[in-house]
Amino acid sequence: MPLGYFLGLSAIMFTVGVLGVILRRNALVIFMSLELMFNAANLVFVTYASYYQILIGQIFVFFVMAVAAAEVAVGLALMVAIFRTKHSIDIDQMSSLKG
Amino acid sequence: MTRMIDIYSILPVMIVAGWALLLLVVDLWIPRHRKGITALLAAIGLAIALGFVLASSGNTILGFNQMVVLDGFSSFMQVLFLVSGMVAVALAYDYIQRMNINHGEFYVLMMFSIAGMMLMSQAYNLLMVFLALELLSIPLYVLTGFARTRLESEEASLKYFLLGAFASGFVLYGTALIFSATGQLDFVGIAAVVTAGSANSVLFLIGAALLLVGFGFKIAAVPFQMWTPDVYQGAPTPVTAFMSVAVKAAGFAALMRVFLVLFPSLSEHLTPILWVMAALTMIVGNIVALAQNNIKRMLAYSAIAHAGYILMAFVAFGNGEVVGNTVAATLFYLVAYGLTSFGAWALVIVIEREYGKGILLDDLAGIGKHYPWLGVAMLVFMLSFAGVPLTMGFWGKFYLFRTAVQAGYIGLAIIGLLTSVASAYYYLRVVVYMFMKPGEPKLQINPWVSLVIGVAALAVLLLSLIPWTILELASRAVLLLQ
Repeated sequence: MPLGYFLGLSAIMFTVGVLGVILRRNALVIFMSLELMFNAANLVFVTYASYYQILIGQIFVFFVMAVAAAEVAVGLALMVAIFRTKHSIDIDQMSSLKG
Repeated sequence: MTRMIDIYSILPVMIVAGWALLLLVVDLWIPRHRKGITALLAAIGLAIALGFVLASSGNTILGFNQMVVLDGFSSFMQVLFLVSGMVAVALAYDYIQRMNINHGEFYVLMMFSIAGMMLMSQAYNLLMVFLALELLSIPLYVLTGFARTRLESEEASLKYFLLGAFASGFVLYGTALIFSATGQLDFVGIAAVVTAGSANSVLFLIGAALLLVGFGFKIAAVPFQMWTPDVYQGAPTPVTAFMSVAVKAAGFAALMRVFLVLFPSLSEHLTPILWVMAALTMIVGNIVALAQNNIKRMLAYSAIAHAGYILMAFVAFGNGEVVGNTVAATLFYLVAYGLTSFGAWALVIVIEREYGKGILLDDLAGIGKHYPWLGVAMLVFMLSFAGVPLTMGFWGKFYLFRTAVQAGYIGLAIIGLLTSVASAYYYLRVVVYMFMKPGEPKLQINPWVSLVIGVAALAVLLLSLIPWTILELASRAVLLLQ
């Protein structure tokens, strides 16, 4: 299959992710959109790792997965903490900081 | 095969990270009311790493198959990060006790973040750039939310997390596109492919633009600044001070290293974008700061504006003749801004009675009369921020403007001058409130915090008499950049 298909799919995934972060209001959905952006990059890495026959592209994906897992741990903990205080994770209601 | 020279090249980073891991365990045996021991141990760890940085400075080593580099630039930045870390520990010690968030993890997380910044200044491979970026960011998300169950802190943390991860997504996708365009991840390889002209220019340009967006979030450049005021206001004040100095410096370290090594060939396309970003950052930061009456928020907008001044000199990154001056002026400005900023934030820590309370402009009333030396110190910091002569801030701005004019961006320099003049209004308003308004402030001043204020004020004044010593140190850092 031509490379353009893979690149196009990853561009669509990335765009959907960016739009999700900007347009959605639920912190968990935003979080899923962020993962979509990360995975769009992963798709490019594996595609071109196979195209150039260079292993570091695949290795990068493992690093991204590990980092994303660490980020999930922190992010979900933050959401649990804020849900306990506010009983909501809707980011439109996060308005105690103003100026 | 790992050689000793590889280990040597990242020894300070390993010391900070390893010390933080040990401290995490040791902290379990330190009782809650004696967390000062943890603070002291953290400061000792940072001091040891600082010693190793100074001992190994002057060398140029490419370590771990060109994954990391040790050069004058990285040594300069690492000294800045480590000293910022020690100042932040001194500021935090009293504050987290008063705010009843006295957990030893505070210092450990700060050390992890510093390790990330140090690695960022050494990264010579896009994989390392990404890992360092995450290592410095993830502990900061936690630190921002450290005063949890207080809504401001939690909200700030969530906002910082979502936008920080958003920025990481851009950096990551940009990295992926650069990999797709060149088939390389290390800077030497990418530069070679680009010079040979065999890179896919469209993908390479989009990748560079995405990296610029990602780093733009980290340095809080307009239009990627919207998280800054909320996060700076909601985070515990020592963390804010640390962010406004060290994180900004780390963002600029990454920006400089990546752009100067990888993207000089794209300067034709990126320079106009940087021009607009720099102009907007200076204008928006300074104008919005005029309307703030919360000091933390005002200083947040001022931090945005100062990033704009640095970007102004950075616009000329592709111009080989002035690029050395750009880097030297930027490093100098980061030092000048760091000294001033830590002093000003230390003063906010002094007047902050409860979490997020007592930091409005009205709360400054009477401080100049009852605590004259605090008033004078704040006067020094505000004058330095505004860029008045006989302060470090003046020389910082002078070198940045000189670089911008040398590179031919006179319009940008004029915008910078005009916004500096406008900024004097809100900086001096702080001083007016301190000295001219009657009030009966009751402050408890911790000796460590006063030490920071005193040293910062003296340094801002005295170093301004010999600015060329620091500029020369910064220029020597430049020579080894590429």
